[in-house]
Amino acid sequence: MGRSNIWLWSLAALIYAFLYIPLAIVVLYSFNDSRLNAEWVGFTLFWYKALFNNTEMLTAARNSLIIALSASFSATLLGTMAGLAIHRYKLKVLPVLVFTPVAMPEILLGVSLLLFFLQVLNLTLGMVSIIIAHTTFCIGFVAIIVRARLEGMDENIFEAARDLGASPWQTFRLVTLPLIMPAVVAGALMSFTLSIDDFVITFFTKGVGEPILPIQIYTMIKVAVTPEVNAISTLLMLLTLIMITIAARLEARASARTMSPDKAGK
Amino acid sequence: MIKGVKGETKDARIARFLVGGPPLLFLLVFFVAPSLIMILTSFRFPGEFGGLAPITAPEDMTIGEYGITSEAYQFFFSDVLYAKIFLKSFLMASATTLICLVMAYPLAMLIARSEKRFRNLMVLLVVLPFASNFLIRIYAWMIILGPESGLSHFINAVLGIFGIAPITLLFSPFAVLVGMVYVHLPFMVLPLYTNLEKHDPSLLNAAQDLGANAWQRFWRVTWPLSLPGVFSGSALVFIPVLGMFAVPEILGGTGDILIGNLIKDQFLGTRDWPFGSVLSIMLTLAVLSIAGLATWFSRFATRQGTV
Repeated sequence: MGRSNIWLWSLAALIYAFLYIPLAIVVLYSFNDSRLNAEWVGFTLFWYKALFNNTEMLTAARNSLIIALSASFSATLLGTMAGLAIHRYKLKVLPVLVFTPVAMPEILLGVSLLLFFLQVLNLTLGMVSIIIAHTTFCIGFVAIIVRARLEGMDENIFEAARDLGASPWQTFRLVTLPLIMPAVVAGALMSFTLSIDDFVITFFTKGVGEPILPIQIYTMIKVAVTPEVNAISTLLMLLTLIMITIAARLEARASARTMSPDKAGK
Repeated sequence: MIKGVKGETKDARIARFLVGGPPLLFLLVFFVAPSLIMILTSFRFPGEFGGLAPITAPEDMTIGEYGITSEAYQFFFSDVLYAKIFLKSFLMASATTLICLVMAYPLAMLIARSEKRFRNLMVLLVVLPFASNFLIRIYAWMIILGPESGLSHFINAVLGIFGIAPITLLFSPFAVLVGMVYVHLPFMVLPLYTNLEKHDPSLLNAAQDLGANAWQRFWRVTWPLSLPGVFSGSALVFIPVLGMFAVPEILGGTGDILIGNLIKDQFLGTRDWPFGSVLSIMLTLAVLSIAGLATWFSRFATRQGTV
């Protein structure tokens, strides 16, 4: 038994190294005093300074922020509704519509939305089309999180509220909503992260005018790689890390407080 | 869809409509309608300058082609090149899935068998890199496999000892495969872990008492029970790889294009929308059959495991 465990552990260590070394290299070279991502020359913050003087990149970051905030807001609203509806009403069509965009290759959603925007809506592609596209695939993620939380909850709470004379709206506002709030916030943070990171769907639904962050990064990688890419990558990783920590904190605190005792352990 | 339920009060019906209606409507407009438009587009003629030719006859009759056609489908089946690219994409997806499975299985098993308090942390460590931007994760391999990287120098030095000419790692099918595995590995670890974590350890003890060695315990007990996890993990890796265009675009050479790149070119390059739609529909059919197969196998395996 002992020998096979050592094998397993070294294999696992290798896989964790495989997962983390590439990202560590990106971060490391963002502080490297050389144009080439080849060998360590010396420490510098030059690439970060270059980044903050790159007005197009700053505009792109601002645009992506606007898109991510709008898309996560609408996706959270619609996704929470979808999660509630699927959990409560055992619908047939809605789950298929909600979860398919999550499961299928992103390119298919991107391409079909491109055709739809140009042919049917006659929309000039830009921020609006990207926000709609991001909302479409984020709804599913929010719904999954909200539904998972509802499934872990004690149904008796809602029954008790009804027995005490609460109207459906009161039950929702005073009981259901506070209970699912952590899942709603987690869904919102997840949508924000997915939206600000999304490349494929953005690539198809973007216009020609506004610079968008992932597209900007893509162009830099394809055309002229400088460690500025590493610098923006490092900053984005930091941002995502912060978002995940907040989400995890909220989730942990909330489930410690509100889950019914017999289900809290799950 | 939203059907009435017997004995339901009017309030409850209104509530159901208010809660389920908006997301349903949004997805009908921005998911179902675009998919239908794509099917329609596949039966049209491409326009002279990209886009589409009109459906009805133009008034000045200057444009030759209009109306509805199956030309794009015929084009797809007339040239063996497209079947080859589909085959190549399937091979890439299969290779990626297999490598992910071989890497993820021992890791998932280890996590599932370690102490409870470490499990969540170990899972988190698998998912965390995955939260960084998708392009950044591909870019990282551009650095590692680049011609000036330490890895390239090392490999070529070793090859030099045996008198083999230097090779380039980047812009090759190998680089694409590495990138695909890197981007999709967590998709395989998570379902496998979720499955393995539920296994009852007393089964393995029983097998040991009955004289099964370590290999037999794995092959006759753990593996068959884990098949549902294997199938769902495989589907979660296989399907996105099949439609991926960014990894070949960044890490691959000019000859390493997959279905995704072909589709991208039809919409953003040559602008042949009908043919791009046909390719997308073929990809959708491939994805649906893979997903169907995975579900069927997984159900079959579950039935075999429990009965």
